[in-house]
Amino acid sequence: MQGIVSYGSYVPKYRIKPEEIARVWGEDPDNIKNGIFILSKSVPAPDEDVATISVEAARRALLRGKIDPKDIGAIYIGSESHPYAVKPTATIVASAIGADFRMFAADYEFACKAGTAAMQNVLAMVDSGMIKYGMAIGADTSQGAPGDALEYSASAGGTAFIIGKENVIAEIKHTLSVTSDTPDFWRREGQPYPTHGERFTGEPAYFRHTLSAARGIMEKAGTEPKDYKYVILHQPNGKFPTRAAKTLGFTEEQYKTGLLTPYIGNTYSAAMMNGLSAVLDIASPGDKILAVSFGSGAGSDGFHIEVTDNYEKMDVKSAPTMAEILSNTEFLDYAVYAKFKKKIVMGEELE
Amino acid sequence: MSEVYVIGAGETKFGELWDRSLRELAVEAGLKAIEDAGIYSRDIGILYGSNSLGAGISYQNDVGSLIADFAGIAVEHTPAVRVEASTASGGAAVREAYLAIKSGEYDVAVVGGVEKLTEVYGSEILDLTSTLLDSEWEAFFGATPAALAAMTARRYLDDFHVSREIMAMISVNDHSNASLNPDAQYRNKLTVQGVLDSVSVAEPLTMMDCSPLSDGAAAVVLASEEFMKKMKIEGVRIVSSEISQDYLALHSRKSVYEFESAKIASRKALEKAGIKNDDISFVELHDSFSIYGLIELEDLGFAEKGNAKSLVENNEIRLDGSIPVNPSGGLKAKGNPYGATGVGQFVEAYLQFKNRADKRQIKDVRYGMLHSMAGSGSTSVVHILGGE
Amino acid sequence: MGELSRIWRESDHRYRLIGHVCRNCNTVYFPPRDICPTCHRDSVGKMEEIQLSGKGSIFSYTVVHDAPPAFRRQRPYIIALIKLDEGPTLTAQIVDTKPENVSSGKRVHAVFRKIREDGSGGILQYGYKFVIDEPPKA
Repeated sequence: MQGIVSYGSYVPKYRIKPEEIARVWGEDPDNIKNGIFILSKSVPAPDEDVATISVEAARRALLRGKIDPKDIGAIYIGSESHPYAVKPTATIVASAIGADFRMFAADYEFACKAGTAAMQNVLAMVDSGMIKYGMAIGADTSQGAPGDALEYSASAGGTAFIIGKENVIAEIKHTLSVTSDTPDFWRREGQPYPTHGERFTGEPAYFRHTLSAARGIMEKAGTEPKDYKYVILHQPNGKFPTRAAKTLGFTEEQYKTGLLTPYIGNTYSAAMMNGLSAVLDIASPGDKILAVSFGSGAGSDGFHIEVTDNYEKMDVKSAPTMAEILSNTEFLDYAVYAKFKKKIVMGEELE
Repeated sequence: MSEVYVIGAGETKFGELWDRSLRELAVEAGLKAIEDAGIYSRDIGILYGSNSLGAGISYQNDVGSLIADFAGIAVEHTPAVRVEASTASGGAAVREAYLAIKSGEYDVAVVGGVEKLTEVYGSEILDLTSTLLDSEWEAFFGATPAALAAMTARRYLDDFHVSREIMAMISVNDHSNASLNPDAQYRNKLTVQGVLDSVSVAEPLTMMDCSPLSDGAAAVVLASEEFMKKMKIEGVRIVSSEISQDYLALHSRKSVYEFESAKIASRKALEKAGIKNDDISFVELHDSFSIYGLIELEDLGFAEKGNAKSLVENNEIRLDGSIPVNPSGGLKAKGNPYGATGVGQFVEAYLQFKNRADKRQIKDVRYGMLHSMAGSGSTSVVHILGGE
Repeated sequence: MGELSRIWRESDHRYRLIGHVCRNCNTVYFPPRDICPTCHRDSVGKMEEIQLSGKGSIFSYTVVHDAPPAFRRQRPYIIALIKLDEGPTLTAQIVDTKPENVSSGKRVHAVFRKIREDGSGGILQYGYKFVIDEPPKA
C-alpha cells in the first residue's frame, strides 16, 4: 500500500477582499464576487515566497507525521512562482528541514498542476523502491496584473504531502493524467504577469481536462460519484469547480469541504492540494476521495484516494489544520497590498 | 615612566561639511592642534589616525597614511597608523598615543580623528553604520544601532520606572551646551516636548534621541613631561587611561542596560587616578543615543543603577550642576563624527582646563572624565584628565 | 556577489536554528560560537551542534522606522530580543502582527522567512523570524 503518510499546509495570514480591488479599478464588486465566487484571497507578506511557504508546509507535514527529515528521499516542488528562474526551491526546502545530502530534488512547473505532478512522481519512486518517503509540495505566490481579472483570484499558499509505504493514512489507489497542447494561459520567460485566453480558459481547457481526468479515474477505479465522500477539483475561482462537480454528478456536500478558493483565492499549484489537506483534517477511515488538478497548457491529474485505518493513529491537530490556518487572518487595503506584492516600485538599488 | 600631557588641541566644525573632504578635514584639525601646541611637524614621533567607516563611505583605507601624506609629513617619514574601534576609535587612538609616550618610545604623538558620514545619502548609510553591530547576527536580521538602543531603552524605562521625559532631558542638555559651542553641529535649543514630538526612528526613540550624521575632525598633541618642560609649555595631564571590552552583540551581554565595559574602564581609571566620582568636575560621555547618556551616568559611577534620573531631575547634569555632562554639546548636539568624536572630547577637556571654553566654561575644573564607546557598548575607553 | 560564501556558510544556523552547546558546562549558545566564554580552552573540542526549538519569549523590542535599504518595504518593522527556551537570546524580526500586539514576555516561535534580497538579480537570503504564539482557543 502506498499513499499519503502525512501532510501540512501553509497559507499567509493576509487577505484582501474583491470589493477593495474593485474599488480601485471602478468595477462592480457584487459582479466580481458573484461572477467568480471569491470572497477574499490570501496575500503573501513581503518576506514570503514559494520557498518560505514550502518550508512551513514541509515542517508541518514532518511534525504531523513524526517523520525524521533524514528519511525523506526526495523533494519535488511544483510552482509557477519559484523565487528563482534558475536555482531550485527544493534545495532551500531540503536544507531548511534538515534533509540528507543524499537525496533526489527538483522543481516542477506545469502551471497549476505542478504540485500534483510532483505527487505522481514521488508516488512512482516510492512504488519502485527508490526512496522510503518522498515529499511533494505544491506552492505558489501567483501573479495577477493590476486591474486584470486574475488580480481578484491569484493568491498564495502551499501544501506538502509526504508519500510512502509505511503508516499510510490515505492510500493513493489510482492516478492518471490527461495532456494536450492548449494555450489557455501562459507566462513567457521574463514576464512579470501571465496572459490568459479569457473565456477560452473554460470549456476547451479547464472543463475538458478536469472532467476527462475525473471520469477517467472513476472508470479506472470502477466507481461513480456517489461512492465518494469528498471530491476536490482544481479551483481557479469558486465557480468552475462547482459547475464541474455538478456536471460530474457530485453534490455540494461532497465538494464543499475541499473548496477553499472562495476564502483564500486561487493558490494555483497548491489549490487542489490545499483542498485535499482540508479534507484530510476531518476524514475518517474508509472515506473515498476523488481529487483532480488542472494545469493550463494543459492537463489534469486525477487521484482516487482511500483513507486508511492508520488515519486514526495520527494526531491531526499536532500541526495547524486548515480551519485553524484560515481563522488567523488580517485584511489589507489595496495600498498595503500593493506594497506587499511589489506593485509599488521602490527604486533599483533597493531590496 | 613619563607622565603624558595634552599640549595642543584643535578641531573643525562638526556638521554637514559638504565642501570639505576626508583629508581636508583631518589636515585642518591636525594643523590647528600643532599650531596650538606650538610644535613643528619634525617634532612628531608618531601619528595615530582614528577613523571608523572611511573604507565603506569614502572608499579610503589607511587613513593614517592619508593624514600623514596631506599634512605634508610624509617627507619626514613619520610613522602613521590607523586605529579603528568603531565609534570608540577616537578614545582608543588617544590611548595608543598615551601608551606610546608612556613607554618612553616617543616624546610626541599626534592623534587625528576624522569621519565623513554625510557622503552617503538616505537609508544606505544605515547599511554602513550597522556594520558596527554583529553583522551576521544583528544587522543581517534588520537591527540598526538605533534599534538596539531602542530595545535597551524600552527595558530600562520599564524596569526602573523612568519617564520618557527624563530620557529626553539628555538631548535637551546636549543642545543647551552646544548652543554655547561654535564648533557644534546643532546650536539650537531643544525642549523635552521637541524631543517627544520628533519623528520616530526606532520606538521609543525619536530623531532627537539620536546623534546626527556628522562630518568633522579633531586632533590632539600628546607629549612627555620632559618634552613639555623643554618646550616650556603648560599641558593638561592624562591621569589615567583605561579600556575594556564586552560582547560585540547586545543579545550576548549579561544585561541590556549595563555597559560593563564602561563600568570596568571607569572604575580602573578612577582607581589609578586615586580619586572618586565626586572629584570629577565634568564628564564627556558617549551619548550616541539619549538612553546611553542615562545608563553611562550610572556605569561611569555617578549614580546607582536605575537612578541617573535623580541627577537629571535635579539639574545636576547642567553646566552649573554637581556633575556637568557634555559641556561640549555631546554626541547629540556637538555631533558624532565617529573617528573624531572621542578625540573631540579631548579638545573640549583641553579647552575647559585651559579656561578657554568661553560661555560654557566650568568653574574650578579639577578632573574631567572622558568616555568613548563602541556601538552598543562593546568597547569603552575612559580617560581622566587634570589633577595637580 | 562577494557575499555568497558568507551567506551560504551560515545557512544551517539561520534556516534551522542550529546552535552550539558546550559539553563542558552544558551552556547552549546561539549564535554559534567555537569557544565557550565560561570554560574557555576547556571547551575546545567540546562544542557540539544542537537543534534549538525556536520557542521563546520577547525580552525587548522596537518598531524600526528608519530602515536600511533591504528592509524598506517592510517599514515599519519590529525587531526584538528573543530569549529562547534553551537559554540564549537572539535578535530577530517579529512578523505577522501589529506593533500594538507586541509586548515583552509574550511567547513566540520561529518561522522561516526571507530576510533580504541582493537586488533584483542577486541571491535571496532566508532565515528565522518570529511569530507571536496564538493564544489557545477557548
